[in-house]
Amino acid sequence: MNERDVTLLEDTFKKFYFDHFELLHVPENSIQREFGFQKFNGGMNRHISLKSDKELHLLLMQNKPSDVYCSNACYSFPNLPMSEKNWLNADLIFDIDAKDVTKKHQPENTLIKCSDCNEISNLTNSCPNCKSTKLAIITLTSSESIQSTKDEVKKLNQILIDELGVNPESIKIFFSGNEGFHIYVPKSEYQNIGSKERAEIVDYIMFRGVIPETFGIKKFDLNKSLFPKFDDDGWNGRIAKQLYRIKSDRSKVSQEIISGGYTLFQKRLEEFRDKIGIQIDPNVTIDIHRIFRLPGSINSKSGLVKIFVENINKFDPYTDACFIDDEKVDVHANCPISFTLKNTKFGPYNNETISVPKFSAIYMICKGVASST
Amino acid sequence: MVDLGTDEIVKYPFLDEAGKYLSDKGFSLEQFGSDPDLKKIVENAFERIITASDGRIFKSDLASNNSALPMEIFSFLIAVILLKLSGMNTLIRRFSLAEARRAEKFLEKDLINQKDVKKSKLSLQILQELFSVTVQKNDEHFTIPIADYLKHAINFHEREWKLINRKVVSGKVHLTSHETVRLVRKELDRHIFNKINSSSSPEMIQGFEPYVQKLRTLAKKFEVKTVESTEFPPCIKHAIEVLEKGENLSHSGRFLLATFLLNKGQTIGQIAPLFKNAPDYNPKVTLYQLKQLSGISGTTKYKCPSCEKVKTQNLCFPVSACDTIINPLQFGRKRV
Repeated sequence: MNERDVTLLEDTFKKFYFDHFELLHVPENSIQREFGFQKFNGGMNRHISLKSDKELHLLLMQNKPSDVYCSNACYSFPNLPMSEKNWLNADLIFDIDAKDVTKKHQPENTLIKCSDCNEISNLTNSCPNCKSTKLAIITLTSSESIQSTKDEVKKLNQILIDELGVNPESIKIFFSGNEGFHIYVPKSEYQNIGSKERAEIVDYIMFRGVIPETFGIKKFDLNKSLFPKFDDDGWNGRIAKQLYRIKSDRSKVSQEIISGGYTLFQKRLEEFRDKIGIQIDPNVTIDIHRIFRLPGSINSKSGLVKIFVENINKFDPYTDACFIDDEKVDVHANCPISFTLKNTKFGPYNNETISVPKFSAIYMICKGVASST
Repeated sequence: MVDLGTDEIVKYPFLDEAGKYLSDKGFSLEQFGSDPDLKKIVENAFERIITASDGRIFKSDLASNNSALPMEIFSFLIAVILLKLSGMNTLIRRFSLAEARRAEKFLEKDLINQKDVKKSKLSLQILQELFSVTVQKNDEHFTIPIADYLKHAINFHEREWKLINRKVVSGKVHLTSHETVRLVRKELDRHIFNKINSSSSPEMIQGFEPYVQKLRTLAKKFEVKTVESTEFPPCIKHAIEVLEKGENLSHSGRFLLATFLLNKGQTIGQIAPLFKNAPDYNPKVTLYQLKQLSGISGTTKYKCPSCEKVKTQNLCFPVSACDTIINPLQFGRKRV
């Protein structure tokens, strides 16, 4: 990123923080948490300890960070190197990202940027300019993919409540500031479990590692009465609905399952995994030493804010998480598809200098499709 | 701790209450070596170890415990002494496992004991106090909080123990009595093993020498020698093929390949060139990552992931030789 862009982003982010200190708080047990931050064009600074909101605000003003992070874990000595921190416990966190939910990049909101010649173009397999296949993917706003991500968050919530026994009040949903949601479960009975145990919870939620026997399908003894029923709890009920579609078809479909046998059913389970397993990012939940973007801070991948979501149905990240002002800024933009922020459509821009509201300019610079003039 | 009667100590002789039994009853160890009446107990203890070393479970003769000298409490305690005197770790391991499985049977019976509420309560109490598992009894099945369940279930390699293959409702895992007890087998085994290991080693007792000598000879039988083929397992071959073709290997695939080769003794210098064809190859990053994994840079030397983990990452392409292994590093290893 060039110097002019860095200065514009640093000044804009700093102003946002100065104007919105009320959004930025250290979490509970802050004294036991590890904080970290990154500067534009700089590396990661980790192993920082902050005691209060004041210290956090000071860090933001002094360092003009591009991104700010805080651990989900609590440690005895958060500012020491990892091996000496002495891990105590960690909030259970899930990450649901649009790219994992939609699985396929959509040409309507995806661009490619060639790593060799920097050409930006519509979604294809190779750079139209130099034919290189080393491409970076740039995704822009898409209400469809946000909607499917929100649906996935709701499904996860239901499993957390009904199956994992989490109190609905203690589930906190945050928009990640880019294309997904972070679902926090602090102070639950899972606070003390380690990485391996969390991996089991991940497999449960993603419907991974399942065996036919769980649904009453044994290798040599297929007994209809053991097959899942429509009203069963948990995965049994969900699989029953996938298998039979309607309750009255249970008998007919059960017969088909018996004729198909064990191996065929196993294959069907794999298809169901991709279809109805919840698409969380497994590594995020399993990692108990990770630092997460701090709620209330700006995500430098988009210029949007990681913000608490009160009502997931009504939440619109492209308006509710966009805090930067609308003062006009001139930028040189190369953005061959359009995007929508604060209910305004921008682009497409074809290598042209334009005057746009600052929130839109910052978004494009963060996405790497514009540069300040 | 739990309040136990003699018949409970017979079933669970590894509990603290049993330890004091010898002295409480006024016996010294020397008496067992010299008193012909007590010799039967030493014989029984020796048999108990032999049975365990064969991988069988010592069969209880409950009638033998009705006398003033409950045979099976004493034989357990004397067996521990014989094992300590022999100093043979492999026998202690086999003995702990067999004793754990013996206790498991009693625990299971006690759990479902509808007639004697005290017995059923005691078994729940043992599970809670020894293994911190809070079990609730609901008619025919038992429920355990998911977090408690996971602490134990992660030690199993069989897929049926994965949370996804369990009935899970409102934060609880539903289990049968058999599964509830099976869940803590390893910990029960470890508990007994640690108990034996941490007890002090006595001086040789006159009359015990022939038994101890026999145990030492027996232990030699269990020494295992293995040979290893140099062929890589299919998951590793696949990872190498992907890289050779210049295709993208996922982060977990790279982790698997690097940790496998590092654990097989290859150097960073030997491994790094494998990644040259990766579409995002960066020599600095590769070296940094390899140094991290090898433990040179950090404090942790990373282990090669288990077959179970590799499977869930869709990196497993099993062949028949994979049936008997739980980690790719074991591929091609054979006992001789």
